Amino acid sequence: MASYTISINNQKKTVEVDPDTPLLWVLRDELNLKGTKYGCGIGQCGACTVLVDGNASRSCSIQVKDAIDLNITTIEGLSEDGTHPLQNAWIEHDVPQCGYCQAGQIMSAAALLKKNANPTDQDIQEAMHGNICRCGTYLRIRAAIKTAAKNA
Amino acid sequence: MKRRRFFKVSGVAGGGLVLGIGCMQCAEPEVRRKVLEMPETWHEINSYLKIGNNGVVTIYSPNPEIGQNVKTSMPMIVAEELDVDWENVLVEQAGLNTEWFSRQVAGGSQSIRKEWLSLREGGAKARQMLINAAAQQWNIDASSCSTDNGYVIGPDGQKLGYGELADAAAALEIPESVELKSNDSFTKIGKSHQNVDGLKIATGKPLFGIDTQREGMVYASVLRPPAFGKSLESYDDKRAREVNGVIDIIKFGNKIAVIAQSNWQAMKAKKLLEAKWSSLSLESTADHDQILTKLLDESTNESFRKDGDVNQAFADADEVVSRVYESPFLPHNCLEPMNFYASVTDEKVELHGPIQTPAWCRSRVSKILDRPEEEIEVTMTRMGGGFGRRLYGDFSDEAAEISSLAKRPIQLLFTREDDMTAGTYRPAIKYKIEASIKDGSITGYRLSEASINSNMYGLIPNFFPAGAIPNLEVRGHKYDSNITTGAWRAPYTNFLAYAEQSFFDELADQLSKDPVDLRMELYEAAIPVAEEDDNIEYEPKRMQGVLQLAVEKSGYGNKPSNVHQGVSVYYSHNTHVAEIADVVVENGTPRVVKVTCAVDCGILVNPIAAKNQVEGGIIDGIGHAMYGELSFDNGKPSADNFNRYRLIRNMEAPEIDVHFVDSKVDPTGLGEPSLPPAGGAVANALYRATGKRIYKQPFVKELEVLG
Repeated sequence: MASYTISINNQKKTVEVDPDTPLLWVLRDELNLKGTKYGCGIGQCGACTVLVDGNASRSCSIQVKDAIDLNITTIEGLSEDGTHPLQNAWIEHDVPQCGYCQAGQIMSAAALLKKNANPTDQDIQEAMHGNICRCGTYLRIRAAIKTAAKNA
Repeated sequence: MKRRRFFKVSGVAGGGLVLGIGCMQCAEPEVRRKVLEMPETWHEINSYLKIGNNGVVTIYSPNPEIGQNVKTSMPMIVAEELDVDWENVLVEQAGLNTEWFSRQVAGGSQSIRKEWLSLREGGAKARQMLINAAAQQWNIDASSCSTDNGYVIGPDGQKLGYGELADAAAALEIPESVELKSNDSFTKIGKSHQNVDGLKIATGKPLFGIDTQREGMVYASVLRPPAFGKSLESYDDKRAREVNGVIDIIKFGNKIAVIAQSNWQAMKAKKLLEAKWSSLSLESTADHDQILTKLLDESTNESFRKDGDVNQAFADADEVVSRVYESPFLPHNCLEPMNFYASVTDEKVELHGPIQTPAWCRSRVSKILDRPEEEIEVTMTRMGGGFGRRLYGDFSDEAAEISSLAKRPIQLLFTREDDMTAGTYRPAIKYKIEASIKDGSITGYRLSEASINSNMYGLIPNFFPAGAIPNLEVRGHKYDSNITTGAWRAPYTNFLAYAEQSFFDELADQLSKDPVDLRMELYEAAIPVAEEDDNIEYEPKRMQGVLQLAVEKSGYGNKPSNVHQGVSVYYSHNTHVAEIADVVVENGTPRVVKVTCAVDCGILVNPIAAKNQVEGGIIDGIGHAMYGELSFDNGKPSADNFNRYRLIRNMEAPEIDVHFVDSKVDPTGLGEPSLPPAGGAVANALYRATGKRIYKQPFVKELEVLG
């Protein structure tokens, strides 16, 4: 066990964990930030997506020892009050079915919009390729990203 | 390949005119963000709701929420009859309460259909109690009062809010019977209402079983046999115990539980367990393949339905068409892996988590722990998908057993690898379908099923084409395997529909008929038979209705020559669905670009959510038909995570155009019925595009083989 101070949602947090602990489990079990989800543990499903220095990254595949210099944003830190254009659009389009993957979807979309304010259909589909939605809400995810881009 | 269509529909559901409900009702509800002030006191009116002294209403959603939207749509139905402003309604997931609720199950797409009346009565009875309370206060006859959006209105315009009346109403008798609204006076049912958990989902609030956090709770990860048919012989846990945070390691049955301070520590220690397994009976897909093929022709096959004389029809035929369709095992792959919280103490047993069958969960745990059901409390969380996997509470059984042995509150979490390899899979099945043709008509039909562990059940043998073909037999045979199988979204029909609808497409070609015309004729033939035969499950006129609507909306028969359309129609879970898939060939590769879907599910409760279910079911159906496959080699599954198991992804989802038949009859299922027809629509469109018939799932492999 060792002590690590990491930057989550613009706050410094110190945790006592083993160095190989994935950021995902630090967020969920140590910091009680349950919005970031466990889906596969190998970076294949996107449920654990967070922003690392603005880029969509799989928190299951980043060990805490490698996270100390990173600027990490989770779904809880995407906006102060849940009114990020993507969050508004997600609610407006009634995107979720079960809802489990949606935090990861929103974080991948947030990274896309940071780089590309007006994504084409193809840009969206490519950027969202790494996020599985088992319920199949893909069409609404695309539509919500379009709406968010328009309203951003 | 397209044939001129000449069949005219004589009469379809709704008196010959099928009106589609367009997207007008499926969009633009307001974003729900209003923060409600909590009341000082709550007053329990009946099992469906309580009312605060400030007029805020809490409606209990009885059934488990797996993404089918019942947590929004069931309370909407209560609110409709209660006559209250939806903005003043809070929704709470009810725990298991078999005295209050009759069917707390997420299964068979039956939540809305089976609870339709009791939800309405729950709201209407509460409304009547509020009216009675007001009438007493005003000292007038209750029948002279009415309600308006959260207020009781007296004959002289006097007005009392539900909040002001709640205390008095709660003390009154619940009326025996009550008048319900007429369908044409609905103000909420039929209008889009966004998911009540939408804001929480979009902001990452804890909602799911995996998010459970309780005082003193520790985490458990379980090592199970690496293959079906293996048994634990011995194990060494020395290295695992050295991992930081490990509290205990406990053998139970054929498994070993690692209990630790965190999920990661438990998972890490589990990998260091050194277990020896003995092999009993190890099964492989290659063996199943031969066994099922042989079973298809077993003369001892059990008959599930027999009309006329199929053998005679086949003997008299000009031609008998015979095809075999094959499907692999499928894991459910709920994105939230199986998990459950259990706290077993001498006083009580608390079980909390994602489960589609809470009552069954309680009765099983009662037996496992030898505790009376009264001491066991089961509460349900929102679920990160169900698809049938969470009907089976093996995970809640395990959690209860581990907590009991460890004498601690624990949360059990399956890793993805555990989830995919310790499944209750959609069984591998083969269908043989045979039909006799005589003088240009289909005279006989035989469907033979060979399945792992269990055959199609209940009503399925009475689905189409029962009633449409005079000589018909449905029969099945099963092979008992030690690989656990179970219900997977639209059990049996998820594959049967593709086989059958592909087969009819081929028959249409044989008969030189348009695939739409052939189906319409068969439904027409079934109309008088279905009127006589109560066992026949589908309504032929409603089949015609959805097909007609899908034909109109898809531009069927009027597409440019590079667009190839495939038709599929299927009835399941009491709902009739038609789908027409459009395939284009791009750079030599066929691609599904669009699916037009027409649904007759009776009264549409919540259009925006209904459309979501239909879209999701189609994408799920296409995804698994195209890519889904799990095989076994000596009892070991071929994949244990998403790097080796392909699920459909964003860019593979086609455009989907959904239309609902405008209906006045009571609502039917919607969580499953759009899935079964999807595979057939795609297979038939792929045939029109490539000239090649696909007889086996996953299609993507067959397309490679066929070239």
